[in-house]
Amino acid sequence: MIELEQVAYGYAGTPLFSQLSLDLAEGSFHFLTGPSGAGKTTLMRLCYADLQADRGEVRLFGQNTRALDRDGVAMMRRRIGVVHQDCQFLDHLSIAENIALPLTVAGRADEVAGNLNELLDWVGLRAQANQLPPELSGGERQRAALARAVIMSPDVILADEPTGNVDWEMSQRLLTLLAELNRMGKAILIATHDLNMIRTVKGDVNARVLRLKDGELTHAGAEL
Amino acid sequence: MKIDLQALRDLVVGDAQADRSIPPTGITARLTVFVSAAMATLAVFALALSLSAGRVADRWSEELAQAATLRLPASPIQADAMLSAAINVLDTTPGIASVHVLTAEEQRALLEPWFGADLPVETLPIPQLIEIVTDDEYDQAGLQARLEAEVPGAVLDDHTRWREPLIAAASRLRAMGAVVLLLIGAAVAAMITLAVQASLAANQRVIAVLRLVGATDIYIARAFVRRFTLRAIVGAVAGAFVGLIAVMLLPNGDVAGGFLTGLGFAGAQWLWPIVIPPLSGLVAFFATRTAALSRLKEQT
Ligand SMILES: Nc1ncnc2c1ncn2[C@@H]1O[C@H](COP(=O)(O)OP(=O)(O)O)[C@@H](O)[C@H]1O
Ligand SMILES: [Mg+2]
Repeated sequence: MIELEQVAYGYAGTPLFSQLSLDLAEGSFHFLTGPSGAGKTTLMRLCYADLQADRGEVRLFGQNTRALDRDGVAMMRRRIGVVHQDCQFLDHLSIAENIALPLTVAGRADEVAGNLNELLDWVGLRAQANQLPPELSGGERQRAALARAVIMSPDVILADEPTGNVDWEMSQRLLTLLAELNRMGKAILIATHDLNMIRTVKGDVNARVLRLKDGELTHAGAEL
Repeated sequence: MKIDLQALRDLVVGDAQADRSIPPTGITARLTVFVSAAMATLAVFALALSLSAGRVADRWSEELAQAATLRLPASPIQADAMLSAAINVLDTTPGIASVHVLTAEEQRALLEPWFGADLPVETLPIPQLIEIVTDDEYDQAGLQARLEAEVPGAVLDDHTRWREPLIAAASRLRAMGAVVLLLIGAAVAAMITLAVQASLAANQRVIAVLRLVGATDIYIARAFVRRFTLRAIVGAVAGAFVGLIAVMLLPNGDVAGGFLTGLGFAGAQWLWPIVIPPLSGLVAFFATRTAALSRLKEQT
């Protein structure tokens, strides 16, 4: 569904990686680990066409991102659920409206009513539905971000440090939710530098662990 | 054009959720309404000026085209002979619709403002005036030549000399009013463009989030288009109203009266200011759309 082939990327001329390849197949579950600053977020942004590769090819559902115009990028993003590292909410809208935003901007506001409550229950935010994002705790925000990422029923979900600012219990809860999504057949990619967390769910799902360091992407299953 | 029709439909029907996705802005909104109102008031004045000047120019040139005066020199002895010669020339000249020889009474009325009511015009050697109404075939130069040959001393005055520059001025005033209206439209477009750019810059983060969740440029632009178009229309309605009141309060001269006292609208012309709000909305609509779409393309 998402393929990176020999991708090179760098900010302002400083190369971050030069030949990175990755294939997120249907129903797969990947962890992306690596030290802070290794380029995990950058890799994710390449995966939802927020950045364009300097060299190499990024294909989303078989389409080269370089061939997409701005509307094409918008359409792609409707098919990929993303939990951004900093959540990216609109602070003047309620949590419910934020979660429904992908449907709203897609002109499918009429589908909100049917999906929203179920989703709010799933992430346990029914009581907070009408609060504004800044009023929520870190864990609640992360769960809201996850709800927003899945409201369009995407086949792929990318989560960038979804457990970054939350306590252990909450991170377990989030991972359980993501594992549930994976059992429903969705491809999952989770970026994290928290190896403990990976160990606790390894039994639950058939996950592969990728390690990004010094511009190289390697499989790191064995060392865990 | 199909897309624009769709956009116009969206504008009227609206999308409350799209509107809500961009947070409301205070100062830009009020300034847009204010400038739009001020421009609409100016537009009403420019319209009044242009339409009044047009009326004056039309009336004067109509009169000019149709009226002339023939003056026969004061000559007690030859007066009758000269008059019949002149009438003869006029009768046999094509393009003369009617000829009216001023009576002694009428001549006295003309002189009365200067010499009083008891002037004995019958006994005074004063020139004889003949009013001529002409039609389309009238050939001023030809008549002039015949009169010179057959009625020596007769002076044909078709008022061209003194009225032409006035008509030219009135026509130019009308054109100036139209130019001012165009400039006002351009100023509104420029102001809206600046306001939209400021608004887009202020909402950069919001726009980035909308893009991240799959919003197209058109969707984002629409929220701004609707907002600015409505502001421009609301402002223009208020401004046009104020302008109309001001024009109504102008001192009202008689219909045939001077130029300055005739400033304003006549009859159906009062309806003209009604087009200002929709026009203002149209200008705002296209200015916002163009500014927003081109600016969004620059942002990632
Ligand atoms: N927008 C940016 N402009 C310039 N440099 C950036 C930008 N974003 C990230 N970087 C740099 O790129 C490197 C990788 O960042 P990032 O992808 O965020 O890493 P990670 O998510 O693994 O912590 C870091 O050195 C960071 O400073
Ligand atoms: Mg990161």
